[in-house]
Amino acid sequence: MTATVTTDSLTEKSDRVTSRGSGGARRRLPRIPDRIRQGGLPYLLLLPAVLLELLVHVIPMIIGIVMSFRQFTQFYINNWGGAPWSGFDNYKIAVDVNAPIGEALLHSFFVTCVFTFFAVGLAWLFGVAAAIMLQENFRGRGFLRAIFLVPYALPVYAAVITWAFMFQRDNGLVNHVLHDQLGITDQPSFWLIGDNSIYALIIVSVWKGWPFAFLIVMAGLQNIPRELYEAASIDGAGIWQQIRKITLPSLRPVNQVLVLVLFLWTFNDFNTPYVLFGKAAPENADLISIHIYQSSFVTWNFGTGSAMSVLLLLFLLVVTAVYLFITSRGRKGADA
Amino acid sequence: MRTIRAAAAVTLAISIAAGVTGCGGGTSSGGGSNDSPKTLTYWASNQGPSIEADKKILTPELKKFEKQTGIKVKLEVVPWADLLNRILAATTSGQGPDVLNIGNTWSASLQATGALLPWSKENFDAIGGRDRFVDSAVASAGAEGQDPAAVPLYSLAYALYYNKKSFADAGIEKPPATWDELVADGKKLSKDGKWGLGAEGSNLSNNIHQTFVLGQQHGADFFDADGKPTFTSDGAVAAVKQYIDFMAKDKIIAPGNAEYAQNQSLTDFAKGKTAMVLWQAAASTFASQGMKPEDWGAAPVPVASGTPGQGKNTNSMVAGINMAVFKNTKNIDGAKKFVKFMTSDDEQKLLNKTYGSIPPVKTAQADEAFSAPDLAVLRDTLAKSAAPLPQVPNESQFETAVGTAVKELWADAAAGRPVTTESVKARLEKAQQTMQQ
Repeated sequence: MTATVTTDSLTEKSDRVTSRGSGGARRRLPRIPDRIRQGGLPYLLLLPAVLLELLVHVIPMIIGIVMSFRQFTQFYINNWGGAPWSGFDNYKIAVDVNAPIGEALLHSFFVTCVFTFFAVGLAWLFGVAAAIMLQENFRGRGFLRAIFLVPYALPVYAAVITWAFMFQRDNGLVNHVLHDQLGITDQPSFWLIGDNSIYALIIVSVWKGWPFAFLIVMAGLQNIPRELYEAASIDGAGIWQQIRKITLPSLRPVNQVLVLVLFLWTFNDFNTPYVLFGKAAPENADLISIHIYQSSFVTWNFGTGSAMSVLLLLFLLVVTAVYLFITSRGRKGADA
Repeated sequence: MRTIRAAAAVTLAISIAAGVTGCGGGTSSGGGSNDSPKTLTYWASNQGPSIEADKKILTPELKKFEKQTGIKVKLEVVPWADLLNRILAATTSGQGPDVLNIGNTWSASLQATGALLPWSKENFDAIGGRDRFVDSAVASAGAEGQDPAAVPLYSLAYALYYNKKSFADAGIEKPPATWDELVADGKKLSKDGKWGLGAEGSNLSNNIHQTFVLGQQHGADFFDADGKPTFTSDGAVAAVKQYIDFMAKDKIIAPGNAEYAQNQSLTDFAKGKTAMVLWQAAASTFASQGMKPEDWGAAPVPVASGTPGQGKNTNSMVAGINMAVFKNTKNIDGAKKFVKFMTSDDEQKLLNKTYGSIPPVKTAQADEAFSAPDLAVLRDTLAKSAAPLPQVPNESQFETAVGTAVKELWADAAAGRPVTTESVKARLEKAQQTMQQ
């Protein structure tokens, strides 16, 4: 829809340009080359991106939606066309919370919500705190910034595999410190199975996600004029007041996008649970992405898996739209 | 301006959300031909210590085949973690290899896709006849009553591996032959930070292999004759409970084993931390972990009573690798020639010796190399007391559903929560319900 809007405004503009330069010689030229010269080039340059976007995102997504209306099991993967249409059956199975599959999906959805809330919240908090602390110029600041960004630069698989080793019950570093050295727990705890698995998941996710928040907030902080802080401190504002009254309000547009992106990445995170837990995540850490993977690839029931994916897509769409609507409106009010 | 912003917000929402939930697709094609008779593509499973090692082992054999037939075989060794997804993708897109290896437990599932060449009598005759192969191996190449979807290539079975020094230290003279003996020996061995038995609690396939065999011993199949799941039968519940009780009640398995899925139990065994493991062809792994052949012994997996045999005295699944041909190959005759070559006596002897497996080809099995003490146990088990896993189209779902249930039960046992007949039944009930789609 952005494209439509842009088209309209551009057409308007090019019309205006054409009508302004309506000399006798020009009027005889055919209209189309003129339009291309005036407004077509951007479209031409956009064309590869649009085609790739169609190829990589839009078409597979449409195929996924079509699949969700078919009974698409292993009996039909060799012959797509032969898969019978099943109407909304796959959706009925997915949302029937009184039956085991729907119930498991709902459970997985709740787990994912709790996980996302804590993982995004903590990643954001750490990112903002670290960015503010490193705002002042001091010796070693560059070094600390580089160190903080390391988790973001590491390949996800390598990093999460390392965490999986550290979380092992018998030989892992985490239990070695908590149990052997500090004696906090009576006996070594399990982190990769059972109730603690959600903590392991949140810890790894925050560790992986906060450097991004740090990076973005750090960039946002560069745009806040120093004079504001100087004026505030002359007026007697303490550090907390400065953060509350100047830093956070100025960061609002940055945070709007940052939290949204973190939310979407975290909610859909597949790599972290898959590498930590394998194909079957413990009940307490059964994130929706891995649940859908299991419902389609492991059990070969791609129709149900697609229906779940479409439901997830709709949910994220609604959340994102509502979020953007609310935060944009709030910002407009603040601007006025 | 407001509409533009709203439109922009919606577009952003759609494009971001779309970016994270895409699904792939492709087209299908069918029917074999002989359009390109001079080449074949072969996906081999990873049987040796590494992908590179497999390439080194297989390449000279493929050259031999090329010399005999003039057909050039392009080899790709696919890691186990990727193999099934690669096969699914190849099935869906129609862009796959000509010949491939499959885990034999996938046979019926892949057979149901209709993408693999059925091994009818005529096709079997082209490679020397169905009679050349061990019956139990052919039985694990597809659903009963249908032409097999694949041909057995390497066979494996489970054995009880034990650490001789640990046994001697504990004053145990011979390996246990029944589960009662195993528990009694295990209790003698489980002390001072050492444990009697090892398990891979978070490895779903391994959970299935063990509980399937125990299920057979309790007279339970996990599917009825119509292919309907029967996970909650008394026998199935008792089998799963017996397996978990080695940790929960008998306390001969270390609680940490509940999270093992990367063959850590073999490492523990090699380090002398556990005295027994139930495993298939573990010799090469032990060697790579620094154990000498005289350090360990192999015995048949225990049974409830008596000696291993059929029915309730089954003591292993028929494990192994099958070789299949994609129906839409462009070199169907060449593919059959290649299968014939790989299942010939010479290749069978050579490859199975290298990989530590047992040839499913009867004449090759007779070679004395397969009479070494540990291999003889595997060979006799395969011949006398092994049963194939259920050959049903939703076998893959079964492995995930029941394997996960057993994994959760391990977690309960490891956390010290009680494991009762009711709790086992509840988990299996849940697993069964997810199957009825």
